Amino acid sequence: MTDSNDAAKQIQAHVMEVIDGLKHCKSLGITSVSAGRGQITLALPYSEALIGNPETKVIHGGALTTLMDTACGFAAVLGLDEPMIAPTLDLRIDYMRSATPGKTVLGEAVAIRVTSSVVFARGTAYHEDAPDDPIAHCTASFMRITPEAKQAEEKRKATTKHD
Amino acid sequence: MIDLINVARNNKSIDEIIEQVPYAKLIGMQALYIGDELLFKLPALDSNIGNNTLPAIHGGCIGGFMELAAGFHVLSLIECERIPKVVDFSLDYLRPGRFQETYCRCHVVRQGRKVVNVSISAWQTQEQLPIANARVHLLL
Repeated sequence: MTDSNDAAKQIQAHVMEVIDGLKHCKSLGITSVSAGRGQITLALPYSEALIGNPETKVIHGGALTTLMDTACGFAAVLGLDEPMIAPTLDLRIDYMRSATPGKTVLGEAVAIRVTSSVVFARGTAYHEDAPDDPIAHCTASFMRITPEAKQAEEKRKATTKHD
Repeated sequence: MIDLINVARNNKSIDEIIEQVPYAKLIGMQALYIGDELLFKLPALDSNIGNNTLPAIHGGCIGGFMELAAGFHVLSLIECERIPKVVDFSLDYLRPGRFQETYCRCHVVRQGRKVVNVSISAWQTQEQLPIANARVHLLL
């Protein structure tokens, strides 16, 4: 194994630790499953606290939004040569079917294109026993924060009244 | 549940429906009536943080708050036979969601026979400075 591979593995392990430490992910029960270059898989175990419809006991789409936002965001981060946080520009989710009560939802995301300023990612939510029967599809784009952009932003903030 | 929803609609007590939805309670959302207008509030809860260092509210939590708000908004206006289902959801993040109270307002753009299109705008300090805009299709 080469040094660069080791470095990549370290970064991937670090990203998984970061996700597991996020307070809102902890609150929903989201945990990291696996990570690779530009890709990540997270798990959202079923919990009664996530129910959106008390009659059917199905979890709310909002919990899946957090699962997919986190998955796509960190897939985007892992798609960069030098991983750093990339804020979400937009996110779109199509809910194909209800998640089955009692079952864990997996959220898998990949960075599909990295440009100089934007990273595009795509993700799918599904149950482990039915990967071909997706619960939701998601596409999202993320802004890259380059050191130059950060400098320009700080300068702009210093000279304008509103954020 | 539908009986409760109908009573809540007539009494302007959407909080009673929120009380029945575990995910809405988990993120701590509340309904606010200002005259006949319905707004929603997401208090600054530690458990909604998605960036521990800034700190900032998790973008997904803001999204979930707006999705829930759209559903409750529709229930407050339209007689439904069941809780509307989200078909798709599109969200633009405009400003950082800082760790403070967040509000949102919903607007029914178009009501069809089966589907309702709702736009949602969320803000923190001033409504004119939205942190996120979204639109959702709900199946009645």
